[in-house]
Amino acid sequence: MERILDVKNLEIDFKTYAGTVHAIRNVDFHLNKGETLAIVGESGSGKSVTVRTLMGLLASNAKVVGGTVDFEGKDIVKMSEKELTNLRGNDIAMIFQDPMTSLDPTMTIGKQVAEPLRLHTKISEKAALAEAVRVLELVGITNAKARLKDYPHQFSGGQRQRIVIAIAIINNPKILIADEPTTALDVTIQAQILELLKEVQEKIDTSIIFITHDLGVVAGIADRVAVMYAGKIIEYGQVDEIFYNAQHPYTWGLLEAMPTLETKSDRLYAIPGTPPNLIDPPVGDAFAARNEFALAIDLQQEPPFFQVSPTHAAATWLLDPQAPKVTLPPEIQRRHQVWEEKFANKGVNA
Amino acid sequence: MSEPEVLLSIRNLVQTFNPGKRNEVKAIQDISFDIYKGETLGLVGESGSGKTTTGRSLIRLYQPTSGEIMYAGNDIAKLKHGSKAMLDFRRKVQMIFQDPYASLDPRMKVQDIIAEGIDVHHLAKDDQDRERQVQALLEEVGLNASHATRYPHEFSGGQRQRIGIARALAVQPEFIIADEPISALDVSIQAQVVNLLKDIQDRQGLTYLFIAHDLSMVKYISDRIAVMHYGRLVELASADEVYNHPLHPYTQSLLSAIPVPDPSLERHRKPIAYSAAEVEDDGKQRDLVEVYPGHFVFASEDEVAGYQNAAKASHAQGGAPATAPVE
Amino acid sequence: MADAKLSPDLFKRVTVDSTEKEKITTPALTFTQDAMRRLRQNKVAVVSLWIIIIIAIISIVTIFITPADPNKGNLAYTNLPPKIANWNIPGFNGYQDGINKYAGLGKNVWFLLGTDYLGRDLLSRIFVGTRVSLIIALVATLFDLTIGVSYGIISGWIGGRVDTVMQRIIEIVSSVPNLVVAILMLLVFKPGMTSIILAIGLTGWITMARLIRAQTLQLRDQEFILAAKTVGETGPKIAWRHLVPNLSSIIIIQTMFTIPTAIFFEAFLSYIGIGLPAPTASLGTLLSDGQKALQTQPYQLIYPAIVIVVLMLAFNLLADGLRDAFDPKSQR
Repeated sequence: MERILDVKNLEIDFKTYAGTVHAIRNVDFHLNKGETLAIVGESGSGKSVTVRTLMGLLASNAKVVGGTVDFEGKDIVKMSEKELTNLRGNDIAMIFQDPMTSLDPTMTIGKQVAEPLRLHTKISEKAALAEAVRVLELVGITNAKARLKDYPHQFSGGQRQRIVIAIAIINNPKILIADEPTTALDVTIQAQILELLKEVQEKIDTSIIFITHDLGVVAGIADRVAVMYAGKIIEYGQVDEIFYNAQHPYTWGLLEAMPTLETKSDRLYAIPGTPPNLIDPPVGDAFAARNEFALAIDLQQEPPFFQVSPTHAAATWLLDPQAPKVTLPPEIQRRHQVWEEKFANKGVNA
Repeated sequence: MSEPEVLLSIRNLVQTFNPGKRNEVKAIQDISFDIYKGETLGLVGESGSGKTTTGRSLIRLYQPTSGEIMYAGNDIAKLKHGSKAMLDFRRKVQMIFQDPYASLDPRMKVQDIIAEGIDVHHLAKDDQDRERQVQALLEEVGLNASHATRYPHEFSGGQRQRIGIARALAVQPEFIIADEPISALDVSIQAQVVNLLKDIQDRQGLTYLFIAHDLSMVKYISDRIAVMHYGRLVELASADEVYNHPLHPYTQSLLSAIPVPDPSLERHRKPIAYSAAEVEDDGKQRDLVEVYPGHFVFASEDEVAGYQNAAKASHAQGGAPATAPVE
Repeated sequence: MADAKLSPDLFKRVTVDSTEKEKITTPALTFTQDAMRRLRQNKVAVVSLWIIIIIAIISIVTIFITPADPNKGNLAYTNLPPKIANWNIPGFNGYQDGINKYAGLGKNVWFLLGTDYLGRDLLSRIFVGTRVSLIIALVATLFDLTIGVSYGIISGWIGGRVDTVMQRIIEIVSSVPNLVVAILMLLVFKPGMTSIILAIGLTGWITMARLIRAQTLQLRDQEFILAAKTVGETGPKIAWRHLVPNLSSIIIIQTMFTIPTAIFFEAFLSYIGIGLPAPTASLGTLLSDGQKALQTQPYQLIYPAIVIVVLMLAFNLLADGLRDAFDPKSQR
């Protein structure tokens, strides 16, 4: 698989009154051409900060203190503002969470959709608007030509998110970053938008990074998954590996906290406690305080990545040969069983 | 089995905003249902369904346009603000709000936020008693006593919701309306809050109206579920019935749209589209009709038979949610 | 990969203390403390604050002592240019157009900023004038505060028809020019501090009322206000307990902006002759007197002008700084 983006050893600090927040603490991941990578994590895990770095959109009090972001042979971290401007909306585009605030309420949608095109190519307004119509129809806005002169408030939430997607894809970006694009939408609209993203990916042949905290959504659209906690990636792998053969207790916790149609228990599992403060990150494994499977070494040393398969690795001491065998929670046992039956020894379905 | 006691009885509730004007909104269009003592009734609907308006009308943040809300022998809809009856009502019925970032006064300490109800109803003998009560409440919701002197902005979303729960519990209510208390939280934190609400209910014998916009979490806390769409109740039944034998097309559509954390299932899931034109907007007179014991559907006279048959068939089959996975 | 040197003891299961899970490690900062911290970072605002404090201190101290009696004129000393002791600093050596105006007046006679046409020490008059202007501004602003804030809260909180009526009243009041109101006050009350304070107070509260009303309308629908209602809190108590603290930043900022406006208005009224009567010193009357001698003794206008400019700038810059400091959305 060809790699289109390579993030290595990324470290980002934020200066605040209370001290320096080590928001991203050594993050490594890559994006393959044509795939959808889902980055999963709770609020505060660092997933939004990570993707904003990919477009140079960090807040003014943030500083990249280490690492590289390799895109087409250049390091995005070191790019000048001019190079970043060429990149944004052109090679890499972003869809934000709240469709109510990501559109300019005082601009017609025709102008907004055509804007990225006019910024990056020499094209007349008429031709740009024609392109805008094409793209709006692609994302499912009926009667697009007549609606070019309408304003965002004349559309529903789901339609606005479609317009946001249209703006993002009009320049056929190589990478599309979707930062929780369906979190603010009704569940029926969410289903439609996810369906749309899959279609769009095929039609314009783009690679998607999808950020969410909802594992149900991940199961539907991701090829590969990276799980983040407290500024680090703690497990990554192909989607089936993560859902049916998860190895990190945090991933287990996330899976258990989400009810499925199969689970029969009367009580929801919840990961106790809250994520740690990153001004003073705990020594050792940041998840130890909430981890019912914690080992003594978790309180002293951070676990390295242990490779589970060529595509799957988890940073947990439980995978160390010296670690004791633990009884998996029932939901995880059920999933591992599915893994044994369907996927083990057969190669992984992408 | 004894007849469950009715705590709240809502009859023909209508809530219209800006009546008669150009921007008139018919938020609730004639709904009737009962809430039984000790149960959790889940009220589910998407945006525009009227579920939040229902919650706020029940707790009299809005003045109902018409209809009656019977509680403890009084019609709540007719209570006057500032009357003793209203004050009593405000003690027995409390609310938990949706937005953890807007529901706590940013300028007040946590202990003052929680103790506001205690102060209004004079439930503490002196300052020490007040402090003790606040600490007990913090413990009840799983926070530390040391959190009492801090400010809301220092807490995470999940913790803030727990402070909101503590505030509602402070006046020792018997009925709590939870208005989408988990919608703004991460899925993993949602489970924490739902479990906490359940535990408190068990310990204190509370009744809940749990308002939510999707059916996935609601199942775990609700005894019965009511589904709303555009200001109307379209289905009302036990949680099991709604999940395993959904009858109204809207409920089926809603269930089919829920993503499941199971790639094999997800890949084959096809959401069912819903068209209001066929079962709501065609002008036919419809009511909530019991088509199966305990299971009510919004239907016109000629649709009743169809639903009854569907219910029987679904039960015979053993029932399954709206989408069957293709293996 | 695992380090072979790790002892097997390290792989025993442990349980972590549950209170660890909910710990908050950052120090507790109230909203005000946080805002003050942000203000301190704004150098311009800090300097402005110090200037205001120094001027305020001087104004208080000079109630008791001044270099000379500000109201006592001495015809022997009329229109003397500034002179600092016997030092020969250009501009402050008692010379005007090459002539030593202090000739024959004795060795120890000197006025730091010169004298006016009646022989009164300008420096002392400036001290008194600043104090008078500040007092007028502060009292008038107090009017603003009480009337404007209450009006805004009531109008915004009750809403509906009451709000509509109150807003129409504001529109009518605001369409009367300030000057007309001032002249009216002059006719009803004799010229003096009272008439000016009333003139400023009765016209200046409108901005505050509008601002407070807008903010109240916004806060009214916030969930924490709804929560207070559901807990049984009554309207006025909610306004006091919840609205006012959340309005405090706007109130403070707007007050800081109102003070220079009041200073300026008083100066303007006095300058055009319908403010304070002679011999009262205020920045406005000083400007008025000084303007008459602009061609020949420019210092009589320049120094009071400098004071009023510095004062107004300082308040405006401080208010600006406060506005940024109180805005939780500004990054830092």
